[in-house]
Amino acid sequence: MVTMEDYPDIETEWCPGCGNFGILKAIRKALVSVGKAPHEVLIVSGIGQAGKLPHYMKCNTFNGLHGRTLPLATGSKAANHDLTVLTVGGDGDTYGEGGNHLIHAIRRNPNITAIVHDNQIYGLTKGQASPTSELGMKTKVQTHGVVNTPLSPLSLAVSLDCSFVARGYAGNIEHLAGILEEAIKHRGFALVDILQPCVTFNKLNTFKWYAERVYRLDEEGYVPDDRIKAFERSLEWGDRIPIGIFYKKEKPTFEDGFGTLGEGTLISRPKDQTLVEELIDSFM
Amino acid sequence: MEHDISIRIGGEAGQGIQTIGFALAKTFQKSGLYVFSTQYYLSRVRGGNNYFQIRVSDRPVRAMSDRLDMLIALDRASVEKYMDDLNEGVVLLDAEEFNIPSHDKRLFDVPFQKIATDTGGSKLYTNAVAMGAVLGLLCFELNHLEDVLRDTFSQKGEKIVHSNVLAARAGYEHVQNNYKGKCKYSFGKASRTSMKMLIDGNDAVGLGALAAGVQFLASYPMTPSTGVMDFVAAHADRFNVVVEQAEDEISALNMVLGASFAGARAMTTTSGGGFCLMAEALGLAGMTETPAVIFLGQRPGPSTGLPTMTEQGDLLFALHASHGEFPRCILAPKTPDDAFYLTSKAFDLADKYQVPVFVMSDQYLIDSQFTCERFDTSKIAIHRHLLSDDELGTMGTYKRYTITPDGISPRALPGQSRHLVVADSDEHNEEGHIDQTADNRILMMEKRMRKLKGLTMEMERPEVYGPQEADITLIGWGSSYGPLTEAVELLNKEGQSLNLVHFTHIYPINSEEIRNIITGKGTTICVENNATGQFAKLLKAEADISVDMNLLRYDGMPFTPGYIMRALYEKKVI
Repeated sequence: MVTMEDYPDIETEWCPGCGNFGILKAIRKALVSVGKAPHEVLIVSGIGQAGKLPHYMKCNTFNGLHGRTLPLATGSKAANHDLTVLTVGGDGDTYGEGGNHLIHAIRRNPNITAIVHDNQIYGLTKGQASPTSELGMKTKVQTHGVVNTPLSPLSLAVSLDCSFVARGYAGNIEHLAGILEEAIKHRGFALVDILQPCVTFNKLNTFKWYAERVYRLDEEGYVPDDRIKAFERSLEWGDRIPIGIFYKKEKPTFEDGFGTLGEGTLISRPKDQTLVEELIDSFM
Repeated sequence: MEHDISIRIGGEAGQGIQTIGFALAKTFQKSGLYVFSTQYYLSRVRGGNNYFQIRVSDRPVRAMSDRLDMLIALDRASVEKYMDDLNEGVVLLDAEEFNIPSHDKRLFDVPFQKIATDTGGSKLYTNAVAMGAVLGLLCFELNHLEDVLRDTFSQKGEKIVHSNVLAARAGYEHVQNNYKGKCKYSFGKASRTSMKMLIDGNDAVGLGALAAGVQFLASYPMTPSTGVMDFVAAHADRFNVVVEQAEDEISALNMVLGASFAGARAMTTTSGGGFCLMAEALGLAGMTETPAVIFLGQRPGPSTGLPTMTEQGDLLFALHASHGEFPRCILAPKTPDDAFYLTSKAFDLADKYQVPVFVMSDQYLIDSQFTCERFDTSKIAIHRHLLSDDELGTMGTYKRYTITPDGISPRALPGQSRHLVVADSDEHNEEGHIDQTADNRILMMEKRMRKLKGLTMEMERPEVYGPQEADITLIGWGSSYGPLTEAVELLNKEGQSLNLVHFTHIYPINSEEIRNIITGKGTTICVENNATGQFAKLLKAEADISVDMNLLRYDGMPFTPGYIMRALYEKKVI
């Protein structure tokens, strides 16, 4: 049996009070709940404070490039679909640098869970606007305030008929762990956007700011099976901010699309060298 | 009597030039002759003027001839454009259709369309008529063509096959009845049956990858490299390969690295601009020591350049692409059989040294068919260079980046055992976790760079073609082998003294060995399909060899023996 002891605490280099701590804890809890041991899990991370997460956790890790977690994770999942594959990146990573990959990962629908630490700011580079920064937010680069329309990641995902769309809040670890557990269990691409206060660089979207606004969808009897309703909820942002599972839809995964992955993993499939001889003969 | 003739099929894109070209090439091949074919096409799906050129000989041929003996014109423009290229050759054309008076003795009028409609009931069979007509003019047996037509059209049903065969026969008979004895390129009976292959560089790379056990391929389509992805995709189900068309080349190489990290033999295929986008992930492969095979099909740049033409202009880019310093390997095949073996070798080297390995070619070799000896798969052994389950079972701890004397750290796969596998794009310690200390940096840089030493020993020495010592030494790399060897042969027959030192293992360079081969006693001339002499620069930088002269071509066209000879005369070295 897998327990929290299998995922021991490891010293981090995050700022004290950072929302990342809550996310890290929720990921470990979720993995214990689904019964996956560290060697069965692969976390592919990008660059940014979020990208360092797997270094503070016991599991297989590929800490790759900024924005490129999803293609890399898709390749790993195709090679060995027995691995439980999670990606971890921030809002700049997933929605900025990796925006194109997100669109196509949703279309491809590999059975992986994409976790986005969405703090609406660039932390590692010390405080520039991110794709989700609020209009008018002043930063050292956006000196007159952000003028670019903020990206609504959940609306984007629902519009692409993403097979699992959810939002968590780093200030509610239990609830977030539950969402992550559902996301990991879900067969298909799961996007989990996580509201993560940045205590150092984002003075607007603070723990207090979120605590006054977030509400749980499940507590309002919301059922995540309707794309139009999910889209409506995804647009909700202001005095009330919904968290929970917005949309869920079973559909064939990327791996299902390859008949070759029907029995066993790609890397375990035997090779028939007589086929090579036949193919060579076809050029005679 | 020795035969060596060149046939060009010219017409608009979409007219079936390739269909005729492939079928005729295969027909000659099946009858035991040696074939070399090449394609010239523009970046368009319809219209324009393209050609397919076939050289047929009863001795091995590996380059385009500079002489054109026969032109099959499928449109009027081909007649106008290529008449001057014909020495004393002949043109087969539909004079009525093109409204060309056939008083020129070189013009052989064959009413392709009328014969097609009369026999097959449709203009669709025009190409089969043309193929038959060519063989008729060569007095070449028709049965091999009939076999090829059956193979080509069998999936379209017996009726289509039959109509094509009838149309080919009618074309053949028309020419035999009207022009018998007029053509001097009579092959007579070529009776042998070939035990050789006819294959282009593209399919040979794909076949090499399949033979090496490729399991994952991700690419974004880009001429002229797309064909390798198409080839592997066509056979993917039977060979257990996952082929994915990525949203861009950035994604393609990252997918490949993800698949490779998890244990699959993985490759990507790309060309100039696409490879530019891969530069970032190339460095990731270097830093995380993740094996990857990159097939780079060069075309003239910069930017979009000449998308359907050829150049060897990306050598130094491939060598230096991505920031930072890390070991890599570059192989450049000279012929399709070489492409087969080197592609397979690329997978082995990538796994053994945990580095990115390039198979570098160009539009010329990719689109050129050669007669080759049957590929020998016994020369290919698949070694994954991975820790076994047993070895991992007895290990107390596992560190992905263990410091070793040869720089190669034992490789395990994620999920293979209870040992965790950690890879990092940051500078990392032996366990794979971020470590930014100076001491660690030095240890890890040196560990990675040590792999170059082993890799260097894997590089085969260049081939010396012709006499061991000569007044003039030509130096070449990759696809220019065919034209270079033929130029050396022809010039030596004329009483000149030349040899060729030809490289297929490009990087890393075994400097000492190469200095023993290129001694600088004669005049050294580096022959390259680019404008700046990139390989010559590499020789200077890596082996301190200065060539006396560069012979460069950068008009988008490949070298021919004649082009090289003319350039040598112009340079007054012969």
